Amino acid sequence: MYIYLPIAEVSVNIFLLFGLGGIVGVLSGIFGVGGGFLITPLLFFVGIPPAVAVATSANQIVASSVSGLFAHLKRKTVDLRMGSVLLAGGLVGSAFGIMLFNYLKALGQVDLLVQLCYVIFLGVIGGLMFIESLRAIRRARKAGGVLRKRSQHNWVHGLPFKVRFRASGLYISVIPVLLVGACVGVLSAVMGVGGGFIMVPAMIYILGMPTKVVVGTSLFQIIFVAGFNTLLHAITNKTVDLPLALFLLIGGVVGAQFGSSIGVKLKAETLRILLALLVLSVCGKIALDLLLEPSELYTISRPNAAGGSQ
Amino acid sequence: MTRLLLIFTLLLTPFFAAAEEEIVLGLSQDKVAITAQFDGSDILIFGAVKREVAIPENELDVIIAIEGPTGPMVVRRKEKKFGIWINGAALEVDKAPAFYAVASSAPLADILRRIENERYQITVDKAIQSVSATVQFGNTQAFTEALMRIQANNGSYQLLEEAVEVDQQTLFRSSISLPSNLTEGDYNARIFLVRNGHVVADLETVIDVRKVGLERFLYNLAQEQAPIYGLLSILMAIAAGWGASALFRLIRDG
Repeated sequence: MYIYLPIAEVSVNIFLLFGLGGIVGVLSGIFGVGGGFLITPLLFFVGIPPAVAVATSANQIVASSVSGLFAHLKRKTVDLRMGSVLLAGGLVGSAFGIMLFNYLKALGQVDLLVQLCYVIFLGVIGGLMFIESLRAIRRARKAGGVLRKRSQHNWVHGLPFKVRFRASGLYISVIPVLLVGACVGVLSAVMGVGGGFIMVPAMIYILGMPTKVVVGTSLFQIIFVAGFNTLLHAITNKTVDLPLALFLLIGGVVGAQFGSSIGVKLKAETLRILLALLVLSVCGKIALDLLLEPSELYTISRPNAAGGSQ
Repeated sequence: MTRLLLIFTLLLTPFFAAAEEEIVLGLSQDKVAITAQFDGSDILIFGAVKREVAIPENELDVIIAIEGPTGPMVVRRKEKKFGIWINGAALEVDKAPAFYAVASSAPLADILRRIENERYQITVDKAIQSVSATVQFGNTQAFTEALMRIQANNGSYQLLEEAVEVDQQTLFRSSISLPSNLTEGDYNARIFLVRNGHVVADLETVIDVRKVGLERFLYNLAQEQAPIYGLLSILMAIAAGWGASALFRLIRDG
């Protein structure tokens, strides 16, 4: 059964969209990530124009983050004050990201920017996560291994404008918080991702937030940044495809429920290694596309149209 | 996409004073509605040759050309820079159709003289104009060829030789399939009668391709009321996310 997507202007099999949403949902349920970094490249792969894919995943991320946030609000694992400061930075970053996106789209280099962002960020994050979890496994093997305590004080704690974040148990400067928010905002606008996979490590390692409030707080911030991105993409590019988002998120929310029940059966270290491998393989696929000579050297696109290059 | 067989006759105002043959045309549909379930559409083009004189000696051939909405198009070439393949030189074609199909009763090279092709602009390369770019670039052939190749590969440009059946030099019919990635707009269908390499009669009609229903509504909303559309998208996402978590909580608890 096919559906014609009014904005993407292509006709796609509905079950393929459910399937894509479902796979990403399962993975996001297992690993606790939004899955934007998977869904955007997968949409390229099924022939959705890149500009539509980026804008529509932003919309889909709103839905999956809302669905996740409710669980965290109930458990009181959301630092609303921290989330709001991150959000302030995020909105600025996201507006800047959309400007960058549109500028490069006019130059015809938006695909390159998106691909490079994917390769660099997925490569770095995936690599770090892989090494980290290998170490954790080795540490766990040594009987009664002592967990090294993270240094609680780094350069971040020397900056001015300190604010107390009660839920996180932190008293730190708002500057690094705003910066982290802004960086994630830029990335999320350009890559069509929520940015959880950048934000979560940044919150833990740079801001020193306790792990239990990290996911909920990042979800809180992502909802607003992704919503803002959706709105900006809808207004400036007119590339948000509502039916596409709807089918993806139906598949996604169902998949996420299965995923989270699989997730609880796996060990944390195994989970992290698997996620790292997944991130690295997406990164590798995109890197190969850039490195190998493409079979068709030419691409065509309509100027100022929703469909990017085909 | 079966529709009522809609036959309408169009009489050609004599193009040449000496036109002895005229085309009487029928289309299986003169409107294509892009609905949510749209998955391409076949258009049946059929007709007859009306003539006051005896059938001429030499063979009659029929060429049908359908041209979708045209507009500027950018063709980019990837180049290897810093070890990776990135978009390099770009050519803006002034005018290229989103869809173009030529169907004929025999290989075009055998039935149509080049000069007649120039005059009637029948083949797809005639529909692509890159005048301003030629001035800038010199040789743009590689780019326009790439444009035609890519469009041919995704089914947007079709050359269907021997796809028109001609019966008794009087009746002709052909079926042209419009792909699922159709752009809306006016599709111009032109029918040419060819004898001896010359076009002896031609006729033009329009097939109206439009998004309808929900597709129309969403597209218009996105184009004309972008902020409302954006907010609607976000609201839908929030509702779906909240609904999903509420639903699954019910299932788990119940």
